[in-house]
Amino acid sequence: MNGIEIVQLTKEYKDIRALDGVNLTIQPGKIYGLLGRNGAGKSTLLHMIANRIFPTSGEIRMDGESVFENDRVQGRIYCISEMNCYDADDKVYKIWNWVQNCYPGFSMEYANQLAGKFGLNIKKKPRQLSTGYNTIFKIVTALATDADYILLDEPILGLDANHRELFYKELLANYAERPKTIIISTHIIEEIADLLEQVVIIKEGQVLLDLPIEEVRKMGYSVTGKKSEVEQYCSGRTLLGEEELGGMKTAYIQGEPGEIPAGLEAAALDLQKLFIRLTNS
Amino acid sequence: MTINFESDKPIYIQIAEEIENGVLSGAFAEETQVPSTTEISVSYKINPATVLKGMNILVEEKVLYKKRGVGMFVASGAAEQIRQKRKENFFDHFILDLIDEAEKLKLNKTELMQLIEQGYQSGRRS
Repeated sequence: MNGIEIVQLTKEYKDIRALDGVNLTIQPGKIYGLLGRNGAGKSTLLHMIANRIFPTSGEIRMDGESVFENDRVQGRIYCISEMNCYDADDKVYKIWNWVQNCYPGFSMEYANQLAGKFGLNIKKKPRQLSTGYNTIFKIVTALATDADYILLDEPILGLDANHRELFYKELLANYAERPKTIIISTHIIEEIADLLEQVVIIKEGQVLLDLPIEEVRKMGYSVTGKKSEVEQYCSGRTLLGEEELGGMKTAYIQGEPGEIPAGLEAAALDLQKLFIRLTNS
Repeated sequence: MTINFESDKPIYIQIAEEIENGVLSGAFAEETQVPSTTEISVSYKINPATVLKGMNILVEEKVLYKKRGVGMFVASGAAEQIRQKRKENFFDHFILDLIDEAEKLKLNKTELMQLIEQGYQSGRRS
């Protein structure tokens, strides 16, 4: 498996360029975090991989084959998002029968088992379900398809803390049982950071960062101390941002901390803090 | 095992340290199997590659060893080996830090020694 290769992908709508010449390789068998601010182009990218919208220009290949209008390749991809590809007036178990036709690997037994754990009533129609249970219905369906590539656009929308925790555990159990490529796109960065192996951040339609999670912590750090001392320390270094509180100052700096002078406190930037610093306009 | 997600230490280092703590406390006895990568991954909601990275540190240090097709086991002598390693780190990570902090607080050597003595006598430590 070569994964998904995205080459010079551009999507233009009437007056905006949602994606602008994106080049990205999704390596197979890894859990990806696809992060970006509202309108950065995350959903557009996922929808194009899943053949739901077409690019203005550029190409997406899976294992060397174009993903566009290619049923064989699309049969290995399952995408959940706000855009639904089922009739919301059908009962959940009927939709599953329909999904099973397109994804022969779909396990009804496993889907029922997950529905039980989440308390999802499969005799209801998606239209009758709350926001949270609509999300649960989608993630249970995605996990049960056994597709090689699972694209999850906002998979924790409306989920309470208990259901989110259950989802993370079931996702990892599923991944351990049968390794696959999973792309998670969400704004709840802090909670999913440790689930990830690779992180992609997009900003204004372009890839800003594509790194293994372990490398992310080497991207930046913060230094706190007396304003004058922090400012002296910062000169000649690349600043990602700064905050002041009275005579104290915190500077967010790109790179790895070397020796920190006495009187200053250094701290690692976690994924969420780094994300905020990198995507603030 | 407790993983502190707020900590400055990378998660994989924390995984390795927590398994070491389990060995030191006897929770993971020598020549017994430790939880699998999958069990730790699911239980703590951490990517299995991260968990494996932590476990591999311990395999390299010969605290754990792999039994093909079975899993990871605690090596004999592992507890003593960990204790030895941590003693070596004790000076750098605790003693020097302690003196640093004492200096910040303008505590002199005699006062610091008295505090250590007091700590032993407080009954919490024996």
